[in-house]
Amino acid sequence: MALIPKFVGERVKRREDPRLITGTATYVDDVRLPGMLSAVVLRSPHAHAKINSIDVEAARKMPGIAAVLTGEDTKDKIGSLPCVAQAEHIPFHPVLAQGKVRYVGEPVVLAVATDPYRAHDALELVEIDYEPLDGVVDPEKALNAEAPLIHEQFGNNLVVRVEVPHPAAEDAIRSADRTIRFRLVNQRLAPMSIEPRGVVAQWHAASQQLTVWSSTQIPHLLRSALAGALRLGENRVRVIAPEVGGGFGCKLNVYREEVLTAYLAVTLNRPVKWIEHRRENFAATTHGRDQITYLEVAVKNDGIVLGIKARFICDMGAYLQLFTPAIPGFSGLMMSGCYKIPAISFSQEMVFTNKMATDAYRGAGRPEAAYITERTMDMVAVELGLDPAEIRRRNFIPKDAFPYTTATGLVYDSGNYGFAFEKALDIIDYKKARADQEAARKRGRLIGIGLASYVELCGMGPSSMLPPGVPGWESSTVRIEPDCKITVLTGISPHGQGQETTFAQMVADALGIDIDDVTVLHGDTAIVQYGVGTFGSRGLALGGTALMMSIGKLQEKLKKIASTMMEAPPDQLTFFNRTIALTNDLDRAIPLQRVVTAAYDYKQPIPGMEPGLDEKSFFEPSGFTFPFGAHVAIVEVDADTGIVKFLRYVAVDDCGRIISPLLVEGQVHGGIAQGIGQALYEEVVYDESGQLLTATLMDYAVPRADMLPHYELANTVTPSPLNPMGVKGVGEAGTIGSTPCVVNAVMDALTPLGIRHIDMPLKPDKIWRAIRDARAGNGA
Amino acid sequence: MRINLTLNGQRRDDDVEPRILLVHYIREIAGLTGTHVGCESTLCGACTVLMDGKAVKSCTVLAVQAYGNQITTVEGLAQEDKLHPIQEGFWEEHGLQCGYCTPGMMMAAADLLSRNTNPSEPEIRHAIEGNLCRCTGYQHIIKAVQYAAKKMRGADNKSAA
Repeated sequence: MALIPKFVGERVKRREDPRLITGTATYVDDVRLPGMLSAVVLRSPHAHAKINSIDVEAARKMPGIAAVLTGEDTKDKIGSLPCVAQAEHIPFHPVLAQGKVRYVGEPVVLAVATDPYRAHDALELVEIDYEPLDGVVDPEKALNAEAPLIHEQFGNNLVVRVEVPHPAAEDAIRSADRTIRFRLVNQRLAPMSIEPRGVVAQWHAASQQLTVWSSTQIPHLLRSALAGALRLGENRVRVIAPEVGGGFGCKLNVYREEVLTAYLAVTLNRPVKWIEHRRENFAATTHGRDQITYLEVAVKNDGIVLGIKARFICDMGAYLQLFTPAIPGFSGLMMSGCYKIPAISFSQEMVFTNKMATDAYRGAGRPEAAYITERTMDMVAVELGLDPAEIRRRNFIPKDAFPYTTATGLVYDSGNYGFAFEKALDIIDYKKARADQEAARKRGRLIGIGLASYVELCGMGPSSMLPPGVPGWESSTVRIEPDCKITVLTGISPHGQGQETTFAQMVADALGIDIDDVTVLHGDTAIVQYGVGTFGSRGLALGGTALMMSIGKLQEKLKKIASTMMEAPPDQLTFFNRTIALTNDLDRAIPLQRVVTAAYDYKQPIPGMEPGLDEKSFFEPSGFTFPFGAHVAIVEVDADTGIVKFLRYVAVDDCGRIISPLLVEGQVHGGIAQGIGQALYEEVVYDESGQLLTATLMDYAVPRADMLPHYELANTVTPSPLNPMGVKGVGEAGTIGSTPCVVNAVMDALTPLGIRHIDMPLKPDKIWRAIRDARAGNGA
Repeated sequence: MRINLTLNGQRRDDDVEPRILLVHYIREIAGLTGTHVGCESTLCGACTVLMDGKAVKSCTVLAVQAYGNQITTVEGLAQEDKLHPIQEGFWEEHGLQCGYCTPGMMMAAADLLSRNTNPSEPEIRHAIEGNLCRCTGYQHIIKAVQYAAKKMRGADNKSAA
């Protein structure tokens, strides 16, 4: 019999792909149900306005209209959308505007019709008497006493103020040779998954069962939220995440349209579908980042960082979505980066503005921190006249210091920052790159070399460290069917991350079977035990560990059964090539099928053991995992146009042990693309009156293939001690390293002109202006 | 309005609302949901199909404009049970993650490879600049297209021999 190969660590084609490349997968807009109605939302054109009246009578009378709802209709029927984060001021979050609108795009009226076109036509007949109010979009202005109040009941626009002092921070500044002060902006971004949001809901009145298909990252959490909002038992609500076309954090949430669609399906007793248009997606799907940070960095002349004090102003938007005020906390906590900074203190003011809510977006608070630490390192290097590589070396947490507790109280599981860093410098040939840069500069070229050494917090996460209502554990069921095929039910909800493949690899190797013998199911709350979902780079670290736990239970049971059949102790048995064999003599083996049949047929009862082969596990992690790495970029800036060209891009990432190398590459590539997007291209812009200026892909520059470099990837492997596989997670890491790497590269190119800093995105006109101003200042 | 066209090799005859977009015709009337909608304004490329062999964004074509034309969608790439080299390439090279942009991306690749049998990396990047991908960072898509190009050149050589 041919030997089954090992799958873990090998380049394996994805099991997800056949349905995706043939166009036969089902995304939410592909769900078609008999009698299905279409819902369309009418949204606020004002950033801040009183609603004096809404007249929907003409709309209701249109042919084909099943319902037209306003905030008045839903007021006492549907509760507030949930926000699980802790904050002083959590406003009621209505599914349809009540009394006031607070951001452009806020849902005001919902029409349901036999087709979307009729619904749109009906909404044209809705008359709303708005009384525009002064609004505020600048979070720093929103903190002023004279700023218009977005939620009057709070008396100010503060969501919460958090202070995390450090006893040694003031001393650090006092004993510094220099204190460097600057302001950094992590601009507002749109996650921009290629598939916008969408929901289909179906109610079966006789059985009192609700089924909801939603393009979501968190089917079980969403089920809990919908059941709560509609006052149904959770055992009567089924949520299905069909194929999901990207999430990146914006689908890690509970949205008004999800609750409304479900509510309508129940009240109308007809299936209802709502599909988001791209404009709506830009206006009313959560945005990412949007933090201003004032930094005081205390340094010695040799570049050692003694301490950092930071003041964050974080733009929450007008309402709080599921995690909105919880995101900035990660930014403060991660400010140590890869460095042994002894004192870090920070304050964070989270502020209401007349904009869409911010929430998790790839990295969720950690990219902001990495940008802060890595920009800091480079700016300090320039100020002190040191090589940016050398300043990092002097401050790195050494490899023997792990587990390392940072000045902010985080415990880094394992790391070897210097090693990954030197590897990246090696690959790019740093010495030669600097020499080439010197020569190029003499010829007037603006060449820049950018470094970023990052560490990031993921594997979300210990339940005690996540907000109430959001557990951090993950679940897995592994079932061996009577015919020896395997079914895995995982509580994570992958949407491109590939666990149907990685989990099959792991099961195949553990049980000595073929990867094609394993099927992985996810995303259906009627099939899969309660799980938490896919976000925060937790799929493999947490979902995979729960999987290993269930596999372990099955292995133990199978070995016990085999042991009675083979008269050998269980601890001398191994799984090999569809058999259970003696570890020391693989020829003495029985077919796995025989053991499985014994467990099901149960002709010989096995003392102390139940029939069947079905094991469930729940893994609670003891800490966050901390992937890390070093990115280096070489760029050239065209002084006449401000355009940045990539000459090289090198990324060395360490996600612990690698199960699926091809998939790790894919995650890093995609992450880098989004990080470069933040550095150079993307920005959600509201004008002063709160109008969204970036509501189409003409205005919001998601990077295209010709806007990105070729990536040269490498890995180091520093296993995590926190799970048996030693994996750390890699879904967000690329995004975290790339943004500061690219900004540092561009700023390094401009350093000879005396340009200290430019805020992201480093668009051509900004760069061009800075160069022009610098040259004018120098009398050029 | 009555229109007839050929969709993935099958002749179709339908009575359509004159304003219906080709993408909605494909998805709703012909019932082929492999072609996706990612924006409503020509910019994301998820809806790319071939019209008489040339890539078009079906969200910006009225169904009636396709009268008498040959339309090929992702469902028409494979021949019976045999995957098209482009589909093979995307599978081999991990050219997709969530899969939403993939049908349109593959059709854009098909257009490119019908014009250029050995495209360089910059040529591929340029050819797919009308197709947004948020997951892959494009690098494995480029490898997928190069794989397909190589396979299609090989097949052509074989048939020429």
